[in-house]
Amino acid sequence: MLRRLRGRDLGFKLGTGFFAALLVAIVLGIGFELWRQSMLSIEKFGFGFWVGEIWDPVSGEFGARPFIWGTLYSSVLALVLAAPIALGIAIFLSELCPARLRMPLTFLTELLAAIPSIVYGLWGIFVLVPVVRSFEQSLPASLRALPLFSGPPVGVGMLSAVLILAIMVVPFASSVAREVLKAVPGSQREAAYALGATRWEAIRAALFYARTGIIGSLILGFGRALGETMAVTMVIGNNPQIKASLFAPGYSMAAVLANEFAEAADDLYLSALIEIGLVLFAITLMVNMASRLLIWQMNKPVRAPRAARLPVGAATAGGAA
Amino acid sequence: MKVSFTPGRRRALVALAAAIVAAPAFLVAQGQINGAGATFPAPIYSKWFSEYGKLKSVAINYQPLGSGAGIRQLTNQTVFFGATDGPMTTDQMQAAPGKILHLPTVLGAVVPIYEVPGVTAELKFTGPLIADIFMGKVTKWNDPAIVKLNAGVKLPDLDITVVHRSDGSGTSYIFADYLAKVSPEWAKTVGVSTAVKWPVGLGGKGSEGVTGLVKQTPGSIGYVELVYALQTKIAFGSVQNAAGEFVKASIPSVTAAAAAAVKAMPKDFRVSITNAPGPGVYPMASFTWLLLYENPKDKAQSKVMVDFMKWALTDGQKFATGLGYAPLPAEIVKLELAALATVKVS
Repeated sequence: MLRRLRGRDLGFKLGTGFFAALLVAIVLGIGFELWRQSMLSIEKFGFGFWVGEIWDPVSGEFGARPFIWGTLYSSVLALVLAAPIALGIAIFLSELCPARLRMPLTFLTELLAAIPSIVYGLWGIFVLVPVVRSFEQSLPASLRALPLFSGPPVGVGMLSAVLILAIMVVPFASSVAREVLKAVPGSQREAAYALGATRWEAIRAALFYARTGIIGSLILGFGRALGETMAVTMVIGNNPQIKASLFAPGYSMAAVLANEFAEAADDLYLSALIEIGLVLFAITLMVNMASRLLIWQMNKPVRAPRAARLPVGAATAGGAA
Repeated sequence: MKVSFTPGRRRALVALAAAIVAAPAFLVAQGQINGAGATFPAPIYSKWFSEYGKLKSVAINYQPLGSGAGIRQLTNQTVFFGATDGPMTTDQMQAAPGKILHLPTVLGAVVPIYEVPGVTAELKFTGPLIADIFMGKVTKWNDPAIVKLNAGVKLPDLDITVVHRSDGSGTSYIFADYLAKVSPEWAKTVGVSTAVKWPVGLGGKGSEGVTGLVKQTPGSIGYVELVYALQTKIAFGSVQNAAGEFVKASIPSVTAAAAAAVKAMPKDFRVSITNAPGPGVYPMASFTWLLLYENPKDKAQSKVMVDFMKWALTDGQKFATGLGYAPLPAEIVKLELAALATVKVS
């Protein structure tokens, strides 16, 4: 009996270990295959691919900088916009919301996360873009002269992409952040109240306890924004240029892949597109590594004065980071 | 509860796994012919394959993945036939393991669409004017070049917003090919391809993306396939042809473009018929081609495809007009039937 159990334990360990190893193999395999298939382009352009500004399939000159810019610019702005909203929703739902409202509101935010991105894209074209266009047209000329708002007010462009990405990121970030806040032990808040904290101070203590998980939720949202393809393609304007203006059309890495992959017959062209995929893969990896570093940094033993204020387990926050 | 893999259960699992792995191979072995390529002719190809399937009970499967993907898969011999909106380049032909035939199947055309507030009249364009607009050299709707062509139309002092396809597309190929013929500057700075480096403008994904942007953006101009414009009832402008007439795209004017090209038709049908000479010809028109190996390995499939092509070029042409494509002129069909005779079927 004991032997069989031990055998079963071993089997279980090997089985789960196999799946974990499979995951590593898949990630490495994707990276290797992207690298192998983009060799032609890597050999031809070298590092110049990362900084080149021209994307010309006819003459065979390829540079990824406008796409890298478009992806990072739109994703960072979307995150800046989405983070306070997502956090607000998460705090309200986990700390302040009347119990009766909690279920339907939670359900609604999660429903938002389940909408396919093509639907967001169509909504973007037919609803968001006209609204953005009238907003752009209503801006006074003095503001329009600023580099941030220069260019013709056509509606389609960076601003629409940022808004749609922000809307798509909010439910992801907020539902993970809410779970993280829910996982904060009640003793944390009770301890804060016991010390005479106000409600806001107790929430702050809970937020501090859950900080790594909350950052993790935002990184998850950022990852979603980096890779988002369809909705962005439909509203960003698809023009590979580097402009700080929110009104100017831009382009993103995922969008150029979706647009041009099917018709790319020439080997170098195809290889350059796959290298765009490789760059996107590398950037996503870097973002994830940076967030890991950030979290490790935070999880270092807390300094003495803080530890005195928040004694219980402040250094071992959990969550979906 | 005891959960363990008894020999019997393990055997069943192995059998199940083997069945899953073997299933696709089994389906392929059923004799289905696979093809892949251009999206533009996909509606008529699926109509043809379903109609022909009813007549002869053969299964032909077509994946509209795009012209580039079609050429790639044909070259790698993962599909039996390909389809493309732009003829294969000489380099691509040489990369293929055998000689590939280009067979025109139907004709398509590209039309200029626009949204200018206050203008209800149909606008006239010339090739060089369209090139200048799409290169960002003509930027206002009341530019003298546009006003001169459209006497009597009150054009507003409004910026032109150029809208082009963002995805690689046969439509863009036809459009760029025409502009390269009429504008030396376009030929030099932009060139011809399914995706080019657009000097100005917004990119819309697919015909619906371009149409959506044009309809919503006051002062915009774009281009879509004639099929799409007819189906969605969008107004479009006329374009001046090589004979100097302003012609509005229609199925007869597109077929006329192919008929005008018969005399200069090369043996391999790899020809561009944009800006074709002669009266009544619409200048932004093109063939779409089906690609076959002249001497494929599988002779049984080859026989089926050759028979199918004979049907598609004759009886099948009657389905073209209903779907918005222009049928081939009789002279071209005759030339193609002769070319089909060279395909090895045994």
